[in-house]
This record gives sequence, structure tokens and C-alpha cells, in this order.
Amino acid sequence: MTVQIVQTALEVGLIYSLIALSLFLSFSILNICDLSTDGCYTLGCAVGAVCTMAGHPILAIPAAMGAGACSGFMTALLQTRFGIQSILAGIIVNTALYTVNLAVMGFSSNVSIFGTDTIFTLFKGLGDSEMWKSWYKLILLACIVFAAALFVRWFLSTRLGLSIRATGDSPAMVRASSINPAFTVTVGLCISNSFTGLAGCLIAQYNKQSDINLGTGMVTIALASLVIGETFFGRGSMGWRIFGVIFGSCLYRFIISLALRLNVPTEAFKLVSAVIVAIALIAPKAKNMIMFSRHRRRALKSRAGAALKEKGERKNA
Amino acid sequence: MLKISHISKTFNPGTVNERKALSDLSLELADGDFATIVGSNGAGKSTLFNAIAGTFYTDDGFIELDGRDITFEKEHVRSRYIGRLFQDPLMGTAPNMTIGENLSVAYLRASGGRKGIFSRISKKEKELFRKQLEMLNMGLEERMSSPVGLLSGGQRQALTLLMATIVTPKLLLLDEHTAALDPATASKVLELTKKIVRERHITCLMVTHNMKQALELGDRTLMMADGRIVLDVNGEERSHMKVEDLLQQFAQNAGKSLDNDRILLSTEENV
Repeated sequence: MTVQIVQTALEVGLIYSLIALSLFLSFSILNICDLSTDGCYTLGCAVGAVCTMAGHPILAIPAAMGAGACSGFMTALLQTRFGIQSILAGIIVNTALYTVNLAVMGFSSNVSIFGTDTIFTLFKGLGDSEMWKSWYKLILLACIVFAAALFVRWFLSTRLGLSIRATGDSPAMVRASSINPAFTVTVGLCISNSFTGLAGCLIAQYNKQSDINLGTGMVTIALASLVIGETFFGRGSMGWRIFGVIFGSCLYRFIISLALRLNVPTEAFKLVSAVIVAIALIAPKAKNMIMFSRHRRRALKSRAGAALKEKGERKNA
Repeated sequence: MLKISHISKTFNPGTVNERKALSDLSLELADGDFATIVGSNGAGKSTLFNAIAGTFYTDDGFIELDGRDITFEKEHVRSRYIGRLFQDPLMGTAPNMTIGENLSVAYLRASGGRKGIFSRISKKEKELFRKQLEMLNMGLEERMSSPVGLLSGGQRQALTLLMATIVTPKLLLLDEHTAALDPATASKVLELTKKIVRERHITCLMVTHNMKQALELGDRTLMMADGRIVLDVNGEERSHMKVEDLLQQFAQNAGKSLDNDRILLSTEENV
């Protein structure tokens, strides 16, 4: 594996880790299956691309995050106000977003922003050493993800953040503690989806284009990162868990790059993704099974040994 | 303090599963009253609690707490001044959050949930939580940062009691909160309940299936059957009442509903 491949894997992994962070908030913390991720990611991408093309690459970031938050608000509204199940609410919003995304891109399925300034080209201009020119993208992305991770960690320790955690952990307790679950779910989903929007905006400026089908299967990828992170890092402190999510996302990209190197055809990528997710999910259980069978074998062996010894003693007597 | 006037609640109205859970129930509790409630399964005790706490709105009647009409107030608004404990010790706490975090969520009631939502828990508040935990005498004050899921059922119920009363509620609803605990832990939690209720002068309603408890605890005993209060004793009358008397009353009321069923069945047979 060359440095180039590692670098690209890290860069894309960092962008995707924002979606994983988003799912960390909705899936792990709020205990909600938010399936609008695919559409929301494309929305962020479309809004980001259009804003960048208009000459506002920096403004594109809050715009995409705002668009993501709006999408999250809709999902939350359907769930809390009208009592639609979270999975259904996500699917409904996801479907609606397809048209919205097309509309944002001026009813074309593809927008290219080659030749315009992006946050990456602006950032590149800050230095001119050889080193800087090859690593500036990674540095910028690392800064953004670090800031996002710090924000999540801080936010979850505030009173509002604690209420959101409690909402996902024990609904009965929340209702008995003067917290309005509708409010906490709404805030949680808005923040979560604004991260997805941010990831979309970054990928648009990174790839210099936006495509209507870009988001397909994003939920699986983000879930994979989440699960890999939790498998490796367990359920420790909040900061540790957030770091695990980012690590999981980068590791996932490494595995994909490895598959690329092994000449796995691109058509098989979705299958590879699904297999990785399944393996990550199976791993903890499989570990337990192996431990148990080892323990059983040892226990049976020692019992058989004891019986044999007893038999021998009786014979001797 | 609490004034319930003529509330009714029917579940699944208009279907074959229609069930009248509360029918024209009225109840008044004075400030600082501690009343126990007994009644057979399905008598409407938990439904009454849910109606007071706002899990659902009643079909008829009004509920007033401390002179304020709360009939149509939402559950999370009412929980600002109504503390609640369930039979299941797992329900009142968040297992994946630490003891300190659980307490601080409960303490949100102090600020009404609005002030300083972006602020973090202060040192002063942590000190308050520690003092409160010391009161439990379970050594939990040393384990503030361990997750609640690691505690035993009794410890969790004691913690829930603390959470429900950390901001003194106007009304405390105890729904058989010691029923799932072993006898030693149950009596410990009960002692604690008595102590807190007495010291803070909290108006309290408690469901129990223990007739002895029903007469010994608090200062008033209520019996429910068929969504009504069929017995309400206090003062002199209550102090003379024995467990046997209460049991007899209980059997009578339970028998009545049994008889009703029998009548229903027999008439159906005759048709």
C-alpha cells in the first residue's frame, strides 16, 4: 500500500466519520433508526455544490448544515408530533429528499464544480512548502472532524445533552423528569442531520462534483463504521466512544482500499460493504462462542482425567 | 393539595374491549396527607396514578393540584411537581448513564428545564448530589461516575426515590415501589420513603398489596374496586381497624365483581 492510498483512505474516512458521528447521535444515543441519512447526505452535497459554484465555498458549509438540520427537523416532526414510527418517518423524508435534491441541483442529476474555488483550494493557498501541498487536505479535514468531535463531546455533557441521552436510554424516566421527549428528539435529530449535511458538503468540494445517486447505501457504510468502532473501543467514556466512531470510519475505508488493491471489481463493492458490516456485527458474538467452546473442552478434559485417575486408584487398591 | 373531581376513563370505547377503568372517581388530599391505596388487580389503582401523572387525559372530570387545574397539562409539564416511582426498579433510571448524570437529569426540574440548557453540572450541584446519596447509606456517593446499570434493583429503586424527591415534589406517587425487592431491601427503601416524606412534608399516595402496610403507613387508607374508591378511613376509625377487617372488606369488594361476572355469565347462558 502506498502512502497515496493510505492518505486518500484517511481523507475519505474522515469525511465519512461525520456521517458515522451523525448516526452515533441518532442510533446509539437517541436509540432512533434514522433512515433519511442517504437523502440528507445528497442534500448536503447538492447544497454545498450549488453554493460553491456560486462562489461561496465557505458559506456552503453552514448552508449545507442548515439544510441537513431542516431535513432532520422534518423527520423529527413526523415522529414526535404525528406519532409515525421512526423508521417510516426516515423513509418518507428520504423519498421526498430525492426530488428536493434534484430541485437544488436545478433538475439535473449531476453538477460539476471544476475550476471554482473550494475550501480545499483556499486552504492550500495558506502555505507553499512541498509537504503542505501534499497533506493540506488531510490537515483541513482532521481539523474539521476534530472540532465536530469536540462539539459532540461538549454538547452531550450539557444539561440539554444529558436530557437527550436520557431520552434514548430510558423513556419512562424522561417522562417522569419534566423533560419533553419531543423537544429532545427534535434537537438531537437536527444536530445529527446537520453533521450528515456537513459531510455531504465536504465530499462535494472534495470530489468537485455532486451526483443525485451519491448517497445510496450511505446508512450501511456509516453503520459499519459505528459498529467497527464499538467493537474495537467498547462502551467506555463518551470521548473514547466518539474517537472509536472516527477510528471505525477510517478503518472501514482502509478495508475498502485494500479490496481495491486486491482488484475486487467495483460492481462487487456493495457486497464487500455488506460483508464487512456483517463481520463487524458477528465479531463480538463469535469471540464469546470461541471462548465458551474452549472452556467447555477444558472442563470436559479435566473431568475425564479425574475419572481416569479415580479408576486407576481403585484398581491399585 | 390534590383535588380530583368526578374523573372517568374508558379504554377502547366502542369496541368489544371496552373497559371502564375509572368511573366518576373523586378524591381530595390535604397538604401533607400520606394515603395508602389497596385494591385487587384491575381495580384501577395504576390507572388513577396514570391519570394524575398525565400519561393520558381523562374523559370526564377535573384534576387540581395546589389550586392549579392540571387536567389538560402535558405529562412532562406535570412531572415538574409530581414525583413518581414504579414497581419496576429498572424504569425510573437510565442504565447507561452514571449515577451523577441520572441525578442531574432529575435535578433539571429545579430550573424548570429552560434555564441554562447549555450549562454543565456545577461543583456545587455535585456536592448536593453527594450529600443526598450519603443519606441512602449504600455507599453510592463513592460511585457517582459508574453506570446505573451496574446497581442492584434495590439500589436503583433507592436512587429513583432520591431522583423523584431531589426537587421536593408537591405530590409523590408510589406504585408498589417495594414489591419487586427482597424483604430486607424493601424495608430499607420503605424506611427511607417514610423519612423523606416526613421530613419534607410531601403529600403522598402509595399503592400496596400489603394490608398491614396499608394500615400502618401514613395517615389514611383507601380501597379501590371497579374504578371507584369504596373505602376511605382515617383518624380514629383507622387506628381501630385491624388487618382482618380490611381483608374482609377487600374480599367483599372483590367478591362483588366476581358476582357480577357470574350474573353476566348466567344471563348469557339463559339467553
